[in-house]
Amino acid sequence: MSPPVQVNDLSWLIGGPQGSGVDSSANVFARACAAGGLHVFGKREFYSNIMGEHSYFALRALTIPVRSHIDAVNVLATFEAETLFRHARAVTDDGAIVYDPALGKTRLADIPTIEKRLRADLQTYLISHGVGETLDDMLAASKQRGVSLVPIPFKGLLEQIADEFQVDQLSKISRVVNMLAVGASFGILGFDFATMRTALEDVFRAKAKIVNMNAWGAQKAYDLARALVPDFRYRLQTVPREESRLFLTGSQATALGKLYGGMRFQTYYPITPASDESEFLEENEILDVNGHGLVPEAAAPKEDGASILVVQTEDEIAAVTMATGAALTGVRSATATSGPGFSLMMEGIGWASINEVPLVITLYQRAGPSTGMPTRHEQGDLLFALHAGHGESPRIVLASGDFEECMRDGFLAFNFADRYQMPVIHLVDKALANSYATIVPPDLSDLRIDRGALVPPNNGHSSENPYKRFDLGNGPVSPRALLGQEGTIFWNTGDEHDELGHITEDPGLRNAMMEKRFAKLDLAAEEIPADVKLKYFGPKDASTVIVSWGSTKGALLDALDRLWADGAKIGYLHVRLIKPFPVAEVTKFLAKAKRRIGVEMNFGGQLASVVREQTGIQMTHLVLKYNGRPMSNTELYDALGPILHGKAEKRTVLTRGA
Amino acid sequence: MALEQILKPSDFATEVHNDWCPGCGDFGILRTIQMALAELRMEPHRVTIVSGIGCSAKTIHYVKTYGVHTLHGRALPYATGVKLGNPQLKVLCLSGDGDGLGIGGGHFVNAGRRNLDMLYVIHDNGVYGLTKGQAAPTLKLGVQTKSLAHPNINDAVNPIWLALAAGATWVGRGYSYDIKHLVSLLKQGIEHKGYAFLDVLQPCPTYNDINTKEWYGGEDRKDANNGRPLPRVYKLEDGGYDPVVRDPSDVEAKASQALEKALEWGDRIPIGVFYKNEHVPTFEERIAQRIPNYMDNPPALQVIAGPHGEPRTDLARLVQRMTFKGA
Repeated sequence: MSPPVQVNDLSWLIGGPQGSGVDSSANVFARACAAGGLHVFGKREFYSNIMGEHSYFALRALTIPVRSHIDAVNVLATFEAETLFRHARAVTDDGAIVYDPALGKTRLADIPTIEKRLRADLQTYLISHGVGETLDDMLAASKQRGVSLVPIPFKGLLEQIADEFQVDQLSKISRVVNMLAVGASFGILGFDFATMRTALEDVFRAKAKIVNMNAWGAQKAYDLARALVPDFRYRLQTVPREESRLFLTGSQATALGKLYGGMRFQTYYPITPASDESEFLEENEILDVNGHGLVPEAAAPKEDGASILVVQTEDEIAAVTMATGAALTGVRSATATSGPGFSLMMEGIGWASINEVPLVITLYQRAGPSTGMPTRHEQGDLLFALHAGHGESPRIVLASGDFEECMRDGFLAFNFADRYQMPVIHLVDKALANSYATIVPPDLSDLRIDRGALVPPNNGHSSENPYKRFDLGNGPVSPRALLGQEGTIFWNTGDEHDELGHITEDPGLRNAMMEKRFAKLDLAAEEIPADVKLKYFGPKDASTVIVSWGSTKGALLDALDRLWADGAKIGYLHVRLIKPFPVAEVTKFLAKAKRRIGVEMNFGGQLASVVREQTGIQMTHLVLKYNGRPMSNTELYDALGPILHGKAEKRTVLTRGA
Repeated sequence: MALEQILKPSDFATEVHNDWCPGCGDFGILRTIQMALAELRMEPHRVTIVSGIGCSAKTIHYVKTYGVHTLHGRALPYATGVKLGNPQLKVLCLSGDGDGLGIGGGHFVNAGRRNLDMLYVIHDNGVYGLTKGQAAPTLKLGVQTKSLAHPNINDAVNPIWLALAAGATWVGRGYSYDIKHLVSLLKQGIEHKGYAFLDVLQPCPTYNDINTKEWYGGEDRKDANNGRPLPRVYKLEDGGYDPVVRDPSDVEAKASQALEKALEWGDRIPIGVFYKNEHVPTFEERIAQRIPNYMDNPPALQVIAGPHGEPRTDLARLVQRMTFKGA
């Protein structure tokens, strides 16, 4: 008896050499699913390379919001050999492989971009299946397991397209193979082809001929694949969509939150993966105002004239210092960077801290140290962000775990920077930045802009009674003046300063200024609402509690849904405000737990060490990953089970991901 | 302070104790800045002076305008941020030669590429004064100032050449003991439309015992006829030098002339304006090509919130292409 058909729960993967158009095919596939009412989550993996190295997109499509990827692939779509060699083993036994039969004789050894380690591993696999080392052998090994093979004669189809559209050279339309692979995938999945065409039109917009060629070819591949595998177990069907949805990346979500929060100045130096956000801002530098956030229907008559000025600087030192200079004029100002760039910003962060300048730094973490793996994921900069710079300088550190948090924290970072007059480091990471997903537009109507204490111009100051930028008389926060304002001249210096902002080395003043600056952190800890600091998921009396932060949230929640369905008594404390650390709140959630599991994408268990430092509570277990690939919900589920059953070591290292 | 009041240099003075060494060239620069601002009738609050680190950087504490004393080598990017945040402000930027040409050399080059409307002044004394006299980037090869263990092993960079190569559209050099001339240069630099660079030669009486006031003044080489010293410093304009690019086609000739003059050193050291070209669009003008109302509604002056903190940014157009509308 054949297993039941699985509708609208699919894991799809497409790969190819960088620069060959794989991005567009994943985009069309995802947009078609989204247009068809499905939720999607896509993970993008690529090398630090412009052209030729392997890149891939793993995408899940479901009827409910998707928060993470899984290890298994139901449909693998390829038009070249490397993707097939790399990913065929991940295809489920009931899955399918779309491939080019003309490449069947390609040998593993013919592909120089496959690393030696992986090649040896694949050879062992092929030998164990008693087959040779060609692509046909790889396919045969898959077929043995029950995988459906979907040969698509890509070259033949390209020739037909060239004939139909009178294209003189096949090389001019070589990129169409991407859409043929998408078309063939939708063919076996039985998805509505008209919806795919809509997605093609969305992606290629004004270019009618390109849309027509791609659609014509995709339809051929669709029909061919459907005839080859008419009874595929996985199906995708359009479903009615009640509410509007956004389809975006984490970089875009962060940018939107920052703009909504009133950011009008951003600096950056090109770096992966942070640049995407700045480029998005540059493309959208003219802004509408007097509106209502994300909801188009509610928009009041718009005023034009607002803008975000994005400046590409000569280096990250200039990025952080220029953003700080701008912040002194009153604009909400930020810079966005990744590890190596952040390393260059240390001195500037200290300057902003001692001069009490509201400055936002969005830090897109990637695998370090040094250049590390520039295009791969890690949450390795938490301790660095907490301590960045010499001396002791207060700052606020916020870490986002999903797209809505990227938006909210992007917004709130500016409020905290203004209210507590200090740098705010907003931690995002590669997995969030480069993932794309459909979300229900978050309701941000509770958000309000708080500029903190400001002194108006001409506020009665005189030579006898001068404005004191660092007034010690009225609590830790001194009302701030803006450069250019009449009647409030002040001075800044990186030296320790007096109330006016002039250099001092007076021991008493030094103490007073240190205490003033740090008292603002206590105030922040008191005032920032609990629901911003952290969130607890799961049963209140759970004897096992996970502590995590950042983008592991999606995979954890998806894994926990399955563990809870299994009856596990396990909770999850997601910490968003790392500095000032929510000591009382974290203690409350962890004090009674028998097992405490730190889950983090780094080697050392950085949040776990912060928890221990701040609360004295130690994790009983750590689940860590540092191979550059984000945690899948599958591997988290597999790792948490043994811990719950008392059968795990203290330290579990996750290793999956291609 | 109302504009109609006649401003005096003392209106730009603070009560902060000045701790420069007696005879420091910085005094001349400080005084000329105060004089230039007064003569240009600049309202103190409309002016922001940004400095880096070192003796030169302390200047801002002695001037009653907004003053931002920043990090070693970083005065230019801070100043750039101030000017871009609110281009309606008048921005002056001060560095030492180690500050601006050594640790901050990268910013020096990139500021030229932008041509932002501000004046950058380098206090040029050939030594790192505040750290006790190490060789700085404008000290010549083989020169041994008094705290050096050995003669300088590095050659000097030519700030005028570097500024021209980087794209500064006004390049001048002053001498801190020629007050009247320096005031005139500061005023011209401030009023120049675009990025102006002013190299100011200044003795460091404590650590540079080679390029002293007496050396610049030619006390060591007196006129045989009348016994008067023959100053090394001379004014370009006295020889009829014309630095102004009057037509874009003049650029090559005027830049070549400036480069040639800037090679002079030793017995004859030119001061004055080497080059001036207002045909290059300023950074502000380039931004206004993309953001038409940039000058009228710059980042710092935009209203981002309603009376109760309601965010005013409308994201609807931005998310249009990301939106799949509900049924």
